[in-house]
Amino acid sequence: MTDQLVPILVATIAAGTPLVFAALGELVTEKSGVLNLGVEGMMLVGAVAAFAATAASGSPWSGVLAGAAAGGAMALVFAVLTLTLMANQVAAGLALSLFGVGLSAFVGKAYESVSLAPSPPLAIPLAADLPGIGPALFVHQPLVYVSWALFAAVAWFLYRSRPGLVLRAVGESPQSAHAIGCPVIPIRYLATLFGGAMAGVGGAFLSVFYTPLWVENMTAGRGWIALALVVFATWRPARVMIGAYLFGGVTVVQFFAQGEGVAVPAQFLSMLPYLATIVVLVLISRNINTIRLNAPVSLAKPFHPEVA
Amino acid sequence: MTATAPHDAAAGAPAAGRLLELRGITKRYPAVVANENVDLAVARGEIHAVLGENGAGKSTLMKIIYGVVKPDAGRMLWEGRPVVVANPAHARAIGIGMVFQHFSLFETLTVVENVALALPGAPDLARLAREIERVSELYGLPVDPRRLVHSLSVGERQRVEVVRCLLQKPKLLIMDEPTSVLTPQAARRLFETLRKLAAEGCSILYISHKLDEIRELCHRATVLRAGKVTGHCDPRRETAGSMARMMIGKDLPHCEHAPAREGGVPRLVIAGLSRGADDPFGVDLQDVHLTVHAGEIVGIAGVSGNGQRELLAAISGEARLGGKLPVRICSVEAGRLSPGRRRRLGMCFVPEERLGRGAVPEMTLAENALLTAHRRGMVRAGMIRFRAMREFAARCIERFGVKCGGPEAEAKSLSGGNLQKFIVGREMLQEPKLLVVSQPTWGVDVGAAAFIRQSLVDLRNAGAAILVVSEELDELFEICDRIAVIAKGRLSPARRAADSDVEEIGQWMSGLWEADDNAPPPAGHGSGAQRAARA
Repeated sequence: MTDQLVPILVATIAAGTPLVFAALGELVTEKSGVLNLGVEGMMLVGAVAAFAATAASGSPWSGVLAGAAAGGAMALVFAVLTLTLMANQVAAGLALSLFGVGLSAFVGKAYESVSLAPSPPLAIPLAADLPGIGPALFVHQPLVYVSWALFAAVAWFLYRSRPGLVLRAVGESPQSAHAIGCPVIPIRYLATLFGGAMAGVGGAFLSVFYTPLWVENMTAGRGWIALALVVFATWRPARVMIGAYLFGGVTVVQFFAQGEGVAVPAQFLSMLPYLATIVVLVLISRNINTIRLNAPVSLAKPFHPEVA
Repeated sequence: MTATAPHDAAAGAPAAGRLLELRGITKRYPAVVANENVDLAVARGEIHAVLGENGAGKSTLMKIIYGVVKPDAGRMLWEGRPVVVANPAHARAIGIGMVFQHFSLFETLTVVENVALALPGAPDLARLAREIERVSELYGLPVDPRRLVHSLSVGERQRVEVVRCLLQKPKLLIMDEPTSVLTPQAARRLFETLRKLAAEGCSILYISHKLDEIRELCHRATVLRAGKVTGHCDPRRETAGSMARMMIGKDLPHCEHAPAREGGVPRLVIAGLSRGADDPFGVDLQDVHLTVHAGEIVGIAGVSGNGQRELLAAISGEARLGGKLPVRICSVEAGRLSPGRRRRLGMCFVPEERLGRGAVPEMTLAENALLTAHRRGMVRAGMIRFRAMREFAARCIERFGVKCGGPEAEAKSLSGGNLQKFIVGREMLQEPKLLVVSQPTWGVDVGAAAFIRQSLVDLRNAGAAILVVSEELDELFEICDRIAVIAKGRLSPARRAADSDVEEIGQWMSGLWEADDNAPPPAGHGSGAQRAARA
């Protein structure tokens, strides 16, 4: 079993990485007070765009860029609808998800029988040779290291930088932020676009690195899990990471269990990652203090500068 | 008092020393004209009052100056040059600071983060914290820069707002109803600060409806009524009565207050209520005893945040008590009852927050009337009787003089004072046996406040039991028969208002009333609950 530990850890981190991207992006969006329920759709469109770009150019990195651009473009549609035209955020987000599912399936038809060359993992020199944790933590797809950098960057941005402070202020009270002169709508636009781009990168990781092929609806609800992660992680980046890897871990363990022939129906095992993630996060997020201090108060409430 | 002459009236301040001048400012909203052809001139180093009833357009005018709202017509001159303030950031850049009536602080951030947000550039937080301490000490506004705003009292939050403005070294400081959240002592300290600022050359625009304050503090006053300037005066040379006439166009109504009829039955009895707060930032109630009889008004004084919210929630039924049932309403054990069932016993309730708890902002006044007054013939067999509902709302609007676009106006379209009149009226028209009112005249102008107070007294004379929670001591002494003080979740015994005074109650506000144990027991109302409270 111990010799299986390293592969399980490696697989866990890989399985959690799409969630890390999507959930950290959505966290930034929600911290600005915008609730974009279209994460699933943005991930799918990002995935198919990344797959197409990689298939055309042969470079996985062009795929990542294409994924980010496609996710960002989807978020832009959402932002115009909700921030400029003041549409209801919940309805617009749900529509965006459905639209993304359909659009990605339509575009992806041409790629269903295409497969990409798997890209080799990148071993970090020296660190990868550390006994035990080296192979588990430092032999991964390059995008995994990017996701760690993203975590550090988001945490630093939100809690250490002035623009992050402004972003949190906008999310708490757009009226007050407007009154002290913060450009509420542009900030919300940027946060929404960032969230879309990160969801797109999460999708790109799935279709280009994780399983280098395109399957219709391949995110399989990960976008929704990312949304739930943000809420149950009480809008804190570190808890988002825990939740993402928890999901990844249970996903991998149930694969191994299926492989070992455990006498539980496969459907039930496939359900486990979703169930376990939600249950654990609900349990750790029961403290009303952390919720009150971290939840963006104005979440999903439209802001009209003139009425304020 | 200068005569009402729209254009030249503004010439009160000498042209050379003028910092700010407004000419012909007009702002129309769909239902109401907020400002019509308003002129205003503020000299350097002057404390200039803008006086007016609620809905007279004071706040709108200030928001125009601060760039939050754009005027439909009119010009603004800043230091003699025409200027169009594009947004609040622009206003601050040219030297205008504003302290809002409803605070513009971010609760989940610390004091220093809140201040940093309003400053240009990216200030170093540690250095800024020291700067905040220096300024707050200099002007006598003590605040701890490292605390989270949600843990601050209302008075402390206001200090943060003032300090935040001062750090921007404004030439003009706008203060919108600043004393509505302060104790008398704290208000006096604020005046010291403002006088000091004015002496240093900073002009202050002071928005208020409290005539005594304006007479004490301000050098000049511009009076607004229904969006128009009705006069300019030197408040130091006016009486409260003469300014009130300019402001509301008639003499101040006087509150008729005959002594209470004694010996009414107890309508509300709280016997030894102790309860931990639901809210992590709330106050725990400790062994509260209180009795309110039919035909009397009992007041609860105290600085906000000392357990008023928790006590009111326990009385209204929003916080379920269960267990030992220490609350009796109209002789019924009500501890387990929901707010709706308590209302069925004859209790009506006016909460402190008008929008969100007292009324649903997005609903019309008629619909809001339905929400609490539906037992008065507005519902038949589960169906709404729209005519009865609208008639009730219309009657409320008429009887209480609510300025609005009629029963179909949205609650949020009303000014604070008008909405309060509607909510108080809605509860009173239900002819309650027990009326519980929180902050009946908070942010309400003199005319409306006097009217609400008189209505409360009239309701008492009709035999209702009334409990008033208020931070305004003068108000409590004007209408109450007995007054208790709440401090740190404990309630003092109730004193007869006639036997007490502002000084004594003010001292009790800091929680020191045990020393008064040998005070004479209240005659007439000496119920068991009160004796228990004294033990």
